[in-house]
Amino acid sequence: MSLLNSPDFFQQATIYLGATVLMVPLTKKLGLGSVLGYLVAGMAIGPWGLGLIGQVEEVLHFSEFGVVLMMFLIGLELEPRRLWQLRGTIFGLGGLQVALTLSAVWALARWAGWPNEVAVVAGMGVAMSSTAIVMQTLTERQLTNSAPGHAAFAILLLQDLAVIPLLMGLALLAPTSGGGFDPMAAARALAAIVAIGLFGKFLLRPLLRTIAGAGLREVFIAFSLLLVVGVAQLMLSVGLSMALGAFLAGVLLADSEYRHELELDIEPFKGLLLGLFFIAVGMSVNLALVLADPLTVLALAALVLLVKIVLLFPLGRLFKLCTQHALPFAMLLSQVGEFAFVLFAEANRLGLLDETRAAQFKAAVVLSMVATPLLLMLFEHQLLPRFERQANPRPADVIDEQHPVIIAGFGRFGQVVMRLFHGIGQRATIVEHDPNQIDMVRRFGWKAYYGDASRLDVLEAAGAARACLLILALDDPDTVVKTAREVRQRYPDLAIIARAHGRSDAADLLELGVEVVRETFGSALIAAELALRQLGHEPYTARRLVWRFRQHDEALLAEGLKHRHDHDRLISLMHRGRRDLENLLGAELNRPSGDNEPDWH
Amino acid sequence: MKTLIIYAHPNHRDSRVNRALLDAARELPGVTVHPLYHRYPDGFIDAAHEQALLTEHQLIVLQHPLYWFSCPSLLKEWLDSVLTRGWAYGRGGEALAGKYLVQAISAGGTDDSYRTGGQNGFTVAELLRPFEMTAHLCGLHYLAPFVTHGSRVIDPQALTEQARAYRDHLLALCADPAAHRLDSRETCQ
Repeated sequence: MSLLNSPDFFQQATIYLGATVLMVPLTKKLGLGSVLGYLVAGMAIGPWGLGLIGQVEEVLHFSEFGVVLMMFLIGLELEPRRLWQLRGTIFGLGGLQVALTLSAVWALARWAGWPNEVAVVAGMGVAMSSTAIVMQTLTERQLTNSAPGHAAFAILLLQDLAVIPLLMGLALLAPTSGGGFDPMAAARALAAIVAIGLFGKFLLRPLLRTIAGAGLREVFIAFSLLLVVGVAQLMLSVGLSMALGAFLAGVLLADSEYRHELELDIEPFKGLLLGLFFIAVGMSVNLALVLADPLTVLALAALVLLVKIVLLFPLGRLFKLCTQHALPFAMLLSQVGEFAFVLFAEANRLGLLDETRAAQFKAAVVLSMVATPLLLMLFEHQLLPRFERQANPRPADVIDEQHPVIIAGFGRFGQVVMRLFHGIGQRATIVEHDPNQIDMVRRFGWKAYYGDASRLDVLEAAGAARACLLILALDDPDTVVKTAREVRQRYPDLAIIARAHGRSDAADLLELGVEVVRETFGSALIAAELALRQLGHEPYTARRLVWRFRQHDEALLAEGLKHRHDHDRLISLMHRGRRDLENLLGAELNRPSGDNEPDWH
Repeated sequence: MKTLIIYAHPNHRDSRVNRALLDAARELPGVTVHPLYHRYPDGFIDAAHEQALLTEHQLIVLQHPLYWFSCPSLLKEWLDSVLTRGWAYGRGGEALAGKYLVQAISAGGTDDSYRTGGQNGFTVAELLRPFEMTAHLCGLHYLAPFVTHGSRVIDPQALTEQARAYRDHLLALCADPAAHRLDSRETCQ
């Protein structure tokens, strides 16, 4: 019976898609990212949850292709030159991480009295992180191009490389099988990589050009998939990791003209399969076993997280990450990766690991995965604010000039203000909290002082007591409101112009008696004015309509303040506002001009 | 009598004369000072707001420098936008009828440059005819303008006196505006 004919297929698809649609938006809404949603959905529908789905292994195996596609996409984003630049981090940081974690776990396990083989297997498993989880999390948080993102990526890449020697090592340990280092296998693997390189360099591009030239989009998509599947297949056949092969193929195509098309075509497949993969991981947790001996599994997971973080954090610091970056970096990589599943299964097959222990390991691995988004959330909400308050990695600069104007925040917003000021010789004391930004603007001849402008002592040093105007151009709306409130109290005579994000924080600021600039409001009005002109209105009329609208909107905002917490009144105010606006703009459009005044002459 | 000073100077900070005059007038009871360039830096006038202001006052003062023998452009825009048909003139346009309008002018030229044959060819009152006619059409009583001559060279002592004179003049206008009326009907016939 074919797959599609099976009633199971549609039923299962419904369950997977339904669980995804239910859980993923929920966890994303809670700020925990999509991965946790998939994992929990998987646990719920899996054989040990509601038991809606049976064949975990098959699904896991199939959906692992999502990880392969993901690595291909990562490769596409990374030109060979950039990869070469990362080599120090990949081998240094990555190598140290794998070696240290493996040794530490092995030592711990030996100390706990585990047999040598089991200790090695555990060490290998724990050393690996989950590429899928880490990369997905980085993308969702838009951290792929940050310093911790690069470091994490380098480690993941080395772990993928390390898989091969680790599996070989495992075979050496096995008491039953002969195994060992096979020079022929190594030669085959090398030959496969060289073949992919040659194919990519000489054959792939003309081939892509021909296929793209045919103009059939689905054929191009089919070819993109075929390419990744083919490379993965080849790598598998010579005993290398599929993901690594796909990554190499991606890098080879990174500077090709079809890069964006390939990305667009593969992206949706990757997304769905990766989701399915996370679900499958969730399904594979033997909940019954966890519940039977929850302490062991929890302790294992906690220990693993602790060991990994304790090792990763100093490594991050060693490779020049500041504390605020090294900590999330360590947390990000603290879970045990899906490779451990393969390893445990293999070890079980080779007789190195008994059934119960393998299942316990597996459950601990998934728990460590579940912990990743939770740890990151803990970091963002609890630790990060504390860091920013206490242990600033760099003390605030000594501010040796004080001007009547203080500009707090020197990003896109503050810079425009300052450039205009400069044109009329108006000086200002600039405080900025991002050291990189300060270095950057210094190259353009601006002097900004390092310091957290949301702190009163920093503002005091900038001359807040004697200044006449503070421009709060920080980009975080909550910080702006908080700072405005504190400054209002301490320096009631200091005028404040504050950058607001939207209507709600604008209202907060208005309540404090602060001059408010909604950051996108002005540019939206300019867009509206251009649109009106495009639609055939006279430039003067367009400008007047925008002016009217602005007056109306500002009045409405001020009026709304009075009923801020009375929802019904606010809604009726908005309704009335809409009617008023129609009248107002209608009158503006029909404004009499000199020409149609009949009784002038 | 409630007095509204519509003040139009694009560069208030640098205008010694107008600043001194305005400060003197501001002290008077019942005077509302309405600086147009301050209120409408965009150049767009909120006509409804202006009409409401006018309705509340009986004596309307247009205080401005003489630019090109007329008013600064924003005051002209103000006249164009606020004095609308059906409100200030035309059928039903009687909102301003019976009120008084006076101009307080500062001019760079000396007194005797503003005369027939002088450097500026006409008297200030003659140059202000368009305003006089505007007032007439709106049913406003147009009063003789209060002019400060030689505004660029006036010495501090004279300026103090001129400011006091302005104050006194406004007081006198409030007490008996009719005494300062120009017989406008005759000039336009």
